Amino acid sequence: MIPELGHFSLIIALFMAMSLGVLPILGAARNSRVLMGVARPLAYGQFVFIALAFGVLAHAFLSNDFSVLYVAQHSNSQLPGQYRFAAIWGGHEGSLLLWALLLSVWAASVATFSRHLPEEMVARVLGVMGLIEAGFLLFMLLTSNPFTRLLPAAADGADLNPLLQDPGLVIHPPMLYMGYVGFSVAYAFAISALLGGKLDATWARWSRPWTTVAWVFMTIGIALGSGWAYYELGWGGWWFWDPVENASFMPWLLGTALIHSLAVTEKRGAFKSWTVLLAIGAFSLSLLGTFLVRSGVLTSVHSFASDPKRGIFILGFLVVVIGASLLLFAWRAPKVGLGGKFDMLSRESLLLSNNVLLSVASASVFIGTLYPLFMDALGYGKLSVGAPYFQAVFVPLMVPMVFMMGLGPLARWKKMAVPDLASRVKWGFASALVIALLLPFLMGKFLSQESSKWSPLVALGLLMSFWIIASLIISLKQRLSGEGDLAQRLRRQSLSYYGMQLAHLGVAVFIIGVTLVKGYETERDVRMNVGDTIVAGGYEFRFNGVTQVPGPNYVAGEGSVTVHRDGHLVADLHPEKRVYNVSGMPLTEASIQPGLFRDLYVSLGEPIPESEGAWAVRIYIKPFVDWIWAGCLMMALGGVLSISDRRYRIHQKATARASAEPVVSNLQGQAS
Amino acid sequence: MMRFILPLVLFLILAVFLFKGLGRDTREVPSPLIGKAAPAFSLPTLQEPAKQFSPKEMLGRVWLLNVWASWCEACKDEHPVLMQFSSEKVLPIVGVDYKDKREDGIDTLKKAGNPYDQVISDADGKVGFDYGVYGVPETYVIDKTGIIRFKQIGPVTPENLRDKLMPLIAELQAK
Repeated sequence: MIPELGHFSLIIALFMAMSLGVLPILGAARNSRVLMGVARPLAYGQFVFIALAFGVLAHAFLSNDFSVLYVAQHSNSQLPGQYRFAAIWGGHEGSLLLWALLLSVWAASVATFSRHLPEEMVARVLGVMGLIEAGFLLFMLLTSNPFTRLLPAAADGADLNPLLQDPGLVIHPPMLYMGYVGFSVAYAFAISALLGGKLDATWARWSRPWTTVAWVFMTIGIALGSGWAYYELGWGGWWFWDPVENASFMPWLLGTALIHSLAVTEKRGAFKSWTVLLAIGAFSLSLLGTFLVRSGVLTSVHSFASDPKRGIFILGFLVVVIGASLLLFAWRAPKVGLGGKFDMLSRESLLLSNNVLLSVASASVFIGTLYPLFMDALGYGKLSVGAPYFQAVFVPLMVPMVFMMGLGPLARWKKMAVPDLASRVKWGFASALVIALLLPFLMGKFLSQESSKWSPLVALGLLMSFWIIASLIISLKQRLSGEGDLAQRLRRQSLSYYGMQLAHLGVAVFIIGVTLVKGYETERDVRMNVGDTIVAGGYEFRFNGVTQVPGPNYVAGEGSVTVHRDGHLVADLHPEKRVYNVSGMPLTEASIQPGLFRDLYVSLGEPIPESEGAWAVRIYIKPFVDWIWAGCLMMALGGVLSISDRRYRIHQKATARASAEPVVSNLQGQAS
Repeated sequence: MMRFILPLVLFLILAVFLFKGLGRDTREVPSPLIGKAAPAFSLPTLQEPAKQFSPKEMLGRVWLLNVWASWCEACKDEHPVLMQFSSEKVLPIVGVDYKDKREDGIDTLKKAGNPYDQVISDADGKVGFDYGVYGVPETYVIDKTGIIRFKQIGPVTPENLRDKLMPLIAELQAK
């Protein structure tokens, strides 16, 4: 009976979402306060009913109700409680429900935090979000109902995929989906601005904090996924250019461009149509990601069971949503006009170049991901594109981007003389260059490498990082120069300034991590007898054998490896090789001792046949690898800081007036 | 004006491709080779380039031909399954390291373990071409007389190993 209530709630939510998608937008067009007034109650209503359905599915999982097909497929009575809960989004149907729930959370938040916005804007934004929600609910009810019964009920469930039985599953998908879905808010703002025909700086101002919040979630979500892959797959890598990873990376890149573009539109009134297009693009890529993962057009580690019927539905939905918004764009954008003018060298031009580079990067990931599909459709056979393509394309795009990232915050709006900018940064650049050239020599020594090698790629990576850091110091010095108390001057800077700098510093930290782990990691794959020791990177690893340990729903061979340095015990590691009871699937669980400057990473390979307890053991020393995720966290934190800025807390009447003067520009390229 | 319509046009072209992609089944594709003799070849083995391998050597035995590569992500997914399967010693598994650098292939096997009885280096993808490799990984079941009996596109999973490959192998071995 209870699962049917969930099903029923979804149907009610669908009708509410459809009404939300039609009535308020109609109301805004006819200027009817009554019709616009239903937007908020309907947004809350759909949230309540979807949350109810989600609660019902959670109940089915926690109470082991194997008469629900989805539960029987993705859970098992032996499955530990927290994974039984997280298993809700461990498969296609449930993850769609999570998606729908989070979309309704965003809509309800917009309804709550939009008291200062004009009524017709709120009506349109919520209306657009209602239409999207209706599409997803319809998809779920027609092709992917999570409440479908299995009669007679299964005695026990088929169990959750062992790869997913990890704390990562509990937190990574909700974070990532919050990001994906969050871009719908920026999209809805852009569409309602196009609908209303008022594409001025105001809509940029309103949608900025929402976009940043979505971007923060997405950043954290991607970082979590990467960290999960690092310790779970046992291969020691942190990014695999898998189609599904790419599906989240593309909207992230475009979302990053969007954040910067919105800043220009708000402050200078420029890039207006470009910003709108980015907002449409970021969310379209989120939707496309959903399509790629669920339609079975690409094979991936993450793919859900594919079903062409579902594919047709999502594709149809995609065509309607993206096609309609691009049509609206083609119709309305030419009337927008150009914004404030700027010179060849100015903060605007630097931001625009960065925008273009980020979009091209996103497009190149897109092409690489869909290349097999294109080739197949054109009859050239089935191919796949691996990491080499992405690395070859991505790095050359990121180098100029990072260079301009350093210049951007230092340049003035509108106009900047080249010699002026050059004289400001020359010392910063020179010192970054010197550090980048010399540091690799010391690095080898510091990391106790057998040989300290100098490689151009390491130097380039360090140059990029230290260039960002140097430009940050220059910017701070510029801002803080003057009379008076230093603490007071520090306080005078806005939180959004600190947020921006922290996020940029995060990029520097990220690049340091990527560069050093790539340049200086030590890998040993050795056959070890019980009691064997090997020395790698100044550490002595001792293998103490493997013992059988029962887990809640698996049996593990648990290895013991002790690590000494200069006679002191540094780490006691316990890598595991698990075999899950229900599926019989083997899984490697690496054991890692994280550190500020290096991770000690040990995983078990295979037992050596006809030996006395010997195993193939994989030992990695990964210098600075945690800086990769620390960098992502700093980017996210930077986003949080910048939305905590005072101007978002005080809702001034001023938000309604455009902050940039409508100057017609003679620059043609910016709006294309 | 044109430039504002461009995004729409690009998207519609993409939609056509996505639609065509929907029909494609990325896992099981009927291969014209099923029921035919496995194409002959002679290629160096991965570890010892001086040594050659040819399918003729396997006549009289049921064997698996598994196409993989170090750059292939799905192969990493498949790898533990193959390791487990090879430890059961049901039949010989021959790996084809497809369009891969020799060092990378060797390195991968050293790190993750080697489930293969023999590994062939097919750096130019010649074998892949003859066998109609669509996407890596792919697995072929070849019978005692050298006829291809089954082709699996995409990773071998514990389920399809249990439900499809194992019954077929048992049947072929009994002949």
